[in-house]
Amino acid sequence: MIYHNYLPNTDESRQKMLDIIGVSSQEDLFKNIPVELQKNTSLVLPESHCELEIQNRILELAQKNIWPGGYVSFLGAGCYNRYIPSVIDNILSRVEFLTAYTPYQPEISQGTLQAIYEFQTMICNLTGMDVSNASMYDGATATAEAILMSCRITKKNKTIVSRALNPETQDVIKTYLSGPDIDIITAPINEDSITDINNLFELTANKDIASIVIQVPNFLGNIEEVRKIEQIAHNAGALFVVIIDPISVGMIKPPGAYGADIVTGDGQSLGNNMMYGGPAFGFMACRQKHMRNMPGRIVGSSLDSDGNTAYTLTLQTREQHIRRDKATSNICTNHSLCALAGSIYLSIIGPKGLKEIANICFQRAHFLASKISEIEGFKIPHDNFFNEFIMILPDNLSVDVFNKEMLDRKIIPGINLNSYYHELPGAILISVTEKNKPVDLYLFLSALRELVEEYVLN
Amino acid sequence: MSNLETPENIHCTRSHEYVIVDGETGIIGITQYATEQLGEIVYVELPEVGTTIPKGEAFGTVESVKAASEIYMPVSGTISEINHRLTSEPELINDDCYNEGWIIKVADFSKEDLEEAMPMDEYLSFIEE
Repeated sequence: MIYHNYLPNTDESRQKMLDIIGVSSQEDLFKNIPVELQKNTSLVLPESHCELEIQNRILELAQKNIWPGGYVSFLGAGCYNRYIPSVIDNILSRVEFLTAYTPYQPEISQGTLQAIYEFQTMICNLTGMDVSNASMYDGATATAEAILMSCRITKKNKTIVSRALNPETQDVIKTYLSGPDIDIITAPINEDSITDINNLFELTANKDIASIVIQVPNFLGNIEEVRKIEQIAHNAGALFVVIIDPISVGMIKPPGAYGADIVTGDGQSLGNNMMYGGPAFGFMACRQKHMRNMPGRIVGSSLDSDGNTAYTLTLQTREQHIRRDKATSNICTNHSLCALAGSIYLSIIGPKGLKEIANICFQRAHFLASKISEIEGFKIPHDNFFNEFIMILPDNLSVDVFNKEMLDRKIIPGINLNSYYHELPGAILISVTEKNKPVDLYLFLSALRELVEEYVLN
Repeated sequence: MSNLETPENIHCTRSHEYVIVDGETGIIGITQYATEQLGEIVYVELPEVGTTIPKGEAFGTVESVKAASEIYMPVSGTISEINHRLTSEPELINDDCYNEGWIIKVADFSKEDLEEAMPMDEYLSFIEE
């Protein structure tokens, strides 16, 4: 056998190992495994290649990818193409931060613990809440955990989830809550593509609801009637759970200002690359009175034996290594490195920068929407959106044809909403971020005008 | 730790709760042995007044620096009063579990359940085992 750099066992070393344990061959070693469970054909692998050949092959495959750098992208729907300051990668790559684990030992982990503590402070500032945990896996699982938390607090087992939540979040909630005995009621949306208030009112009549969960802005881009929903939730003795896009609070009031009890969200927008949809991190914050029911790690600030500020994990009696089956969750870690990217991002951008970014997204999205509505055949049904909005295609232009035509022009259009909402044929969700330059918006508009010439006027 | 004065009419459970009979009211807390096992108590989760809870079901939680434990009803009954001071002074349980460190009071509690609980001398030999 040929010697390989990355395959340490030669035929000779294998034989040596077999000799030591006293079996004659590999087949002999596996003879206790029933024959019907053994794979009797050998693996069909391509012949080996040198590193340079493999690099060339991978590059060839990578060039088939469509990526935002080579295209103009209007894809959003939960994963956003945003500006990432280059200093983030620089700090993240410091070996001291490269750990997959939340530190247990304060005596050797003050740097990481302080970074998490600062993260929690920033999440509290962003959401307007009192207590944040050290981060969660993603926005969807954070929301499912918030529902479990609401059931523990209210001792009820029904939750109302708006149909205007990201459909993937709705799916994760269903999966996550399939074990415990919790009923998920989906609240319908109205013709304004927001949660139907009247229906919500009826659904809560029996006061047996643990929580009402909404997303602001919702998946369809629109701002919900948060104050009315807050009243409905609290009048029914339910907790009010709000999922936010963290960038949007640069312009929209944080949920703490309108009575939310638990706030969750996905942190990808904060300094994390899109990375094919993940991993990034989720966040969760709540009111102080509910903190003992919160899942996940929490870092606290304390004093060491010399009286210096020191950071350490706190409120650990909620967690499974102490509380066993009564723990608030089986989550006993966080997405520290991705959350750190979020902390660095927020500290660089600052409150003023966040406002500027939110403002740019809002202005450009509304500019694009108003210009689209002037083009014959295209419709913009709503205007109470932040940076994502619904665009309805002309009747004789199908979504498939539209997507192909746009991709041919090096434009990645938004997602097809009809695949999630049957009542929205021809609806595309367009997302505009600070990465969409004014020239990109004009490119999009002129592409639409060309399609009108080709498919509508002829 | 020195032994606290044991009140009269006290009955204890195997899960280390006590009930002191005071006329028609039952005063419920955790025993001195339990407080010693738990260490410094930092938080107490209390139930709502008016709820009726059967014997053996959890009515709250005590959290110490070491652990968080459920507290179970020694007798079935309706909660008539809770010790609000524990919200800001949970250490009252460590300092004076049978007096100022009481946790809840129940009205109309089950006298039958009381017979199943142990008198103090029986409880003391139970924890010696």
